[in-house]
Amino acid sequence: MLFNNQEILETIQMVKTENFDIRTITMGINLRDCAHPDIEQLATNIYDKVTTKAQDLVSTANKIERKFGIPIVNKRISVTPISIIADACQETDYTSIAQTLDKAAKEVGVDFIGGFSGLVHKGYTKGEKNLINSIPQALATTDKVCSSINVASTKAGINMDAVLEMGATIKEAAQLTAKQDGLGAAKLVVFCNVPEDNPFMAGAFHGTGEPETVINIGISGPGVVKNVVEQIPDADFNTLADTIKRTAFKITRVGELVGATASDMLDIPFGIVDLSLAPTPAIGDSVANILESMGLESCGTHGTTAALALLNDAVKKGGSMASSSVGGLSGAFIPVSEDQGMIKAAEIGSLNLEKLEAMTSVCSVGLDMIAVPGATSSETIAAIISDEMAIGMINKKTTAVRIIPAPNKEIGDKVEFGGLLGEAPIMKVSKFNSDKFVQRGGRIPAPIQALTN
Amino acid sequence: MHQQADNSEERAVVTVLGADKVGIVAKVTTALANHNANIVDISQTLLEDIFSMIMLIEISNLKTDFETLNKELTELEEEINVEIKLQHENIFKYMHRV
Repeated sequence: MLFNNQEILETIQMVKTENFDIRTITMGINLRDCAHPDIEQLATNIYDKVTTKAQDLVSTANKIERKFGIPIVNKRISVTPISIIADACQETDYTSIAQTLDKAAKEVGVDFIGGFSGLVHKGYTKGEKNLINSIPQALATTDKVCSSINVASTKAGINMDAVLEMGATIKEAAQLTAKQDGLGAAKLVVFCNVPEDNPFMAGAFHGTGEPETVINIGISGPGVVKNVVEQIPDADFNTLADTIKRTAFKITRVGELVGATASDMLDIPFGIVDLSLAPTPAIGDSVANILESMGLESCGTHGTTAALALLNDAVKKGGSMASSSVGGLSGAFIPVSEDQGMIKAAEIGSLNLEKLEAMTSVCSVGLDMIAVPGATSSETIAAIISDEMAIGMINKKTTAVRIIPAPNKEIGDKVEFGGLLGEAPIMKVSKFNSDKFVQRGGRIPAPIQALTN
Repeated sequence: MHQQADNSEERAVVTVLGADKVGIVAKVTTALANHNANIVDISQTLLEDIFSMIMLIEISNLKTDFETLNKELTELEEEINVEIKLQHENIFKYMHRV
């Protein structure tokens, strides 16, 4: 067993000056045994199960934080998609279920609870229809609840009816939370090829292939990667990729250690480490800054997609060596409002929606935390979603859209959510309309890539 | 620090960061001794011009527990105005060894 001082100090420096932390320990909880035709009984079942299973989550995470000296920023819960649990209910308004989840989350002290969700890529059940109708009110009347809807997959194609409906749902969610700049829409994400074990919000839920309970880990380390990239300004691409790989290995190992330790202490199986580089609004903890450190004047300029492709691939290679249970989204995130460098790039006009869309074809996860004018029509939002879903469907990858049509805001304004959600300038959308396209109805067929058997 | 592998022992790393001044080593080692934490190795180095002292300690036979020792070191940190970190050795094993 050998440590040298340099290694010890390197670890300490990562935390101290480069914002390295574990973004989240997310406990997945199966709620399928909570189903009941009476919505009040269902709520009681959910509350009791969540507060029992997760009662020690926060205190355990705090202990692990102290044991290893690594901050664990968020503790979260993901549950079985509520559309499945509530399908048997006579009641059609599921808002009260979201409120129960909120109450349970507050009781156990977690930061977010995800799973007010449904998977409708091929069509709706009654429960999924009810759930989508309940989303705006559910998000407006809760603090911790996150919602996600999967509307497309490589195997099923794109459910364009759902895409159109989500355009309207997102607008309504923003409108009902107008006083908070449309915060409701920041807790709602639309997916293609959604992973069932993602620990990150707003898209976390406990998939049907998952065990009774599970511990998933999300790491965060853009600041650390940025720092090592900055130290080799003249290195060629091979050296650059190698350096990022090595760093990704180290930070993913910490995720693996924290996951294994939490699993052991809570006696719950360890699911996955999501090796995504998740930025925070803190200065320097930015994926955009990493790309800029590679030699781009500002994120969004020509070369950005190539730089991001290199980064994302190197992170995966290093991370996959560090853990045998990599899962979730596992790629670099490019949420605009949550990344100081992205915010700045959008403000000075070097980053626009079109470039972001191109970037999402080479990384996870999609158009994330983008604020657009409040007057943007629900059809235009649906069309933006459909583009992103097409990228995911054709490339057999996860893509997502989390877009905030900020009520009463226009180009030049900005939205402020605070905390990890950050702030964002309003970005421009195309002035040409796509109404007739998104209103056609039906499903964009699954692509030829779906025929793999 | 060159150590032989020994799986029966649980160890932790104590790092002290701050301006060098009289009595730091004495105070930290006294606190460790009070908890029956044996110091296996000790060394000093500079991190970006900041004084740092790194100790490898055995924590298998602590009189109290890791949490209590950590709390006491945090109190000491405020008292002598330096940064003291207590971290289980596994964090370094995981990060720096394949």
